[in-house]
Amino acid sequence: MIQFDRFQLDNGLKVLVHQDTTTPMAVVNILYNVGAKDENPEKTGFAHLFEHLMFGGSINIPEYDEPLQRAGGENNAYTTNDLTNYYCQLPAENIETAFWLESDRMLSLAFSPKSLEVQRKVVCEEFKEHYINKPYGDAWHKMRTLAYTKHPYRWMTIGASLAHVEQAKMEEVKDFFFQFYRPNNAILVVTGNIKTEDIKVLAEKWFAPIPAGKPYERNLPQEPKQEKHRSLDVRADVPMDMLMMTWHMGGRFDASYHATDLLTEVLGGGASSRLYEQLIKVRQLFSSISCYHFGTIDPGLFVITGKLVKGISMSVAEKAVLEEVEKMKQVILDTKEVQKVINKTESMICFEDMSIMNRAQSLAFYELLGDAALMNDELAKYQAVTPEHIQATAKTIFEDNNRNTLYYYSKTA
Amino acid sequence: MSLDRTIAPNIKDAVDFDIQLKPCQKYTLDNGVEVYAFEGGAQEVMLMELVFFAGNSFETKNWVAPATNYLLKNGTSSKSAFEVNDAFEFYGAYLNRSCYNETATISLHSLTKHFQEVIPVVSELVGDAVFPENELEIYKKNQIQQLTLNLKKGDFIANRFIDEYLFGIDHPYGKYSSEAAYNQLTREDLVAFYNKYYKEGKCIVFMAGKFPADIESTLNKYIGSLPLNKHIIETPEHAIVAADEKKYNVVNDPSSVQGSIRIARHFPNRHHPDFAPVQVLNNIFGGFFGSRLMSNIREDKGYTYGIHSYLQNHIQQSAWLISTDAGKDVCRATIDEVYKEMAILKNELVEMDELNLVKNYMLGSLLGDVDGPFQIIGRWKSYILNGLTEEYFYNTIKTVRAIQPQQLQDLANKYLNEEDFYELVVF
Repeated sequence: MIQFDRFQLDNGLKVLVHQDTTTPMAVVNILYNVGAKDENPEKTGFAHLFEHLMFGGSINIPEYDEPLQRAGGENNAYTTNDLTNYYCQLPAENIETAFWLESDRMLSLAFSPKSLEVQRKVVCEEFKEHYINKPYGDAWHKMRTLAYTKHPYRWMTIGASLAHVEQAKMEEVKDFFFQFYRPNNAILVVTGNIKTEDIKVLAEKWFAPIPAGKPYERNLPQEPKQEKHRSLDVRADVPMDMLMMTWHMGGRFDASYHATDLLTEVLGGGASSRLYEQLIKVRQLFSSISCYHFGTIDPGLFVITGKLVKGISMSVAEKAVLEEVEKMKQVILDTKEVQKVINKTESMICFEDMSIMNRAQSLAFYELLGDAALMNDELAKYQAVTPEHIQATAKTIFEDNNRNTLYYYSKTA
Repeated sequence: MSLDRTIAPNIKDAVDFDIQLKPCQKYTLDNGVEVYAFEGGAQEVMLMELVFFAGNSFETKNWVAPATNYLLKNGTSSKSAFEVNDAFEFYGAYLNRSCYNETATISLHSLTKHFQEVIPVVSELVGDAVFPENELEIYKKNQIQQLTLNLKKGDFIANRFIDEYLFGIDHPYGKYSSEAAYNQLTREDLVAFYNKYYKEGKCIVFMAGKFPADIESTLNKYIGSLPLNKHIIETPEHAIVAADEKKYNVVNDPSSVQGSIRIARHFPNRHHPDFAPVQVLNNIFGGFFGSRLMSNIREDKGYTYGIHSYLQNHIQQSAWLISTDAGKDVCRATIDEVYKEMAILKNELVEMDELNLVKNYMLGSLLGDVDGPFQIIGRWKSYILNGLTEEYFYNTIKTVRAIQPQQLQDLANKYLNEEDFYELVVF
């Protein structure tokens, strides 16, 4: 049970505080309610490029990292399709440094042309390192455009193409900032060896003077129901064939979310999962296989992907996966197998909650979903899932018309 | 009252923090196995790590040590691989194993309330793993496929080659896997290695988190009753055979858009008096986000997504490495900048302002690193395995606090000489 206090400033900034007196450290986490899904389809990669620019100096402070390091702190950030999150950890006694730095970059960035120029290059190198100069690096780019026709999940956070990042202009950067990086579009979470009343004082001092922005009304195109199976053949210089399948699933608020999560565990969680045991060990069709889901706020994708053992044909491998999937629809799980995946989930939650950093990020994420207290209800929601729920969920998801398949062939195999 | 945002709030210098490594408890089981335990934390979770002297330094045939470690949990005389995995996963426990150069580990992460249910299975793995033939065959086949995939990646190739240049292909720090090595593994190799280095091997236990009641008697029942510590395990001597040639260009994939750069030199181990002060110099050079290499090569020139320098975590002998992936057309320029930064450290004193920042950063992160039960036991483990005591922790802090620019410049002149470095680019 994670206890926390919550208050809101007049400019709309939500502040959550969780105290832990066993640590000498504190974490300051700011989540901005903007992700790659909020980008213009012609200017993708912007939310992520922006994350880089947030370290290029703010209106009153030329350098973000240096004063933080001087205060004994460390920081990082990440961008997903749904959100952008910034966090720093520092000795609790120096927490005001984090308030100073974070509030100044929420007030306004410095918008230095040099920073934009360099970070465009850095992001292009990141793009190359992870998505071009890597076997199968383009697979997700191709799968997203196959599975989504309308919804902005059809591009990755790094951007749909290098060109979009290369062409980013300062005016666009400014517009993006003043549209999304406003206190009323952010959640501030502080965890660690701190007291709520002190955080109230600091929040008032540093964040209250920042003007609110125009409320952002998110109005994203929704993905129409898929009507038939879609597939794509890819041939590339990779050492072995890969099969990747996705099915559309419900979003984070969908009633089937927890059952879907457990379904991925049954199929692909660990060495006693079904796909691992049947397809790697018993039938020896795949050398590796995994099953997971996006965990996105809007309806995401349920994924099964694996590399084929040399000499196994794509059609044999595909049929074998579909047989396992079919079993989930036809045969109800015994309660022991369901208990196992619930136990695994309980354990995962407990280990995740060990650090004040993870607690801060979870509180921010659940607050974004509507209420940070939801975080404490998660385990009960998993424990309420029955074999019938999982079967019903499998039946809804594993419809062949709902499936997208990438056949990724090795040119050399 | 208006707020002047150009003025930084007052800070407590991290050099003034009182950083303590909390003590851990030590006791000995009936069979002589030593246990180091740190109890604490808010969550009802725990970690048990069994460290064996079974790293690749002890193997006489390539890859026997990692294969034995990997396949430990793939079957006992009463359980199939599936049943072993299921026995852990049913209780939400994670059983991992890792093989290093000197040591190899079996680690268990478990909810405290389920520890009693899963420790018997850990005991079974240490005393009764059987290494089924078909499990070995699947392992070989899948590892060879994974290796084929990895060999497509420039960074993977670069990491293998730089270690080979530094230590030699027959040294535990320099050797690596190959298709031939996998193919030559036999069940007999694994069983013999297991019997000597696990079943009757030397083991040390590290525990952290919230423990169930009677933990000591539970450990005695399941670990203390095993035939461990039977023999004196001799640590084999391995001579370092470094390459003569210092500069290498390797073309792995002509269509590659980036090059993987590694620049490295030998460096003594933790017992050498320069080890701790060089950690400070390394941080200034390339050891954290605010370092000179990162500021120059990423933040000023945009040649790379990241560049880092670090001291390798070896027991016998370390190495000092600079590692980055950079755009193909700027690889040469990147390497030149690395040497330029070395020259600046040799020729100019570090400014006090920069030095104080690095000291604060290092001690601030150290304060965070010894926070939490798993982190605390991890640090103790590192000291015990390296033959160090907590003195080392406090001496390192003293060194960081006291070090001055002149000493750093002297160290730079001693260690940052271009001609001592191996240099490799893989496209």
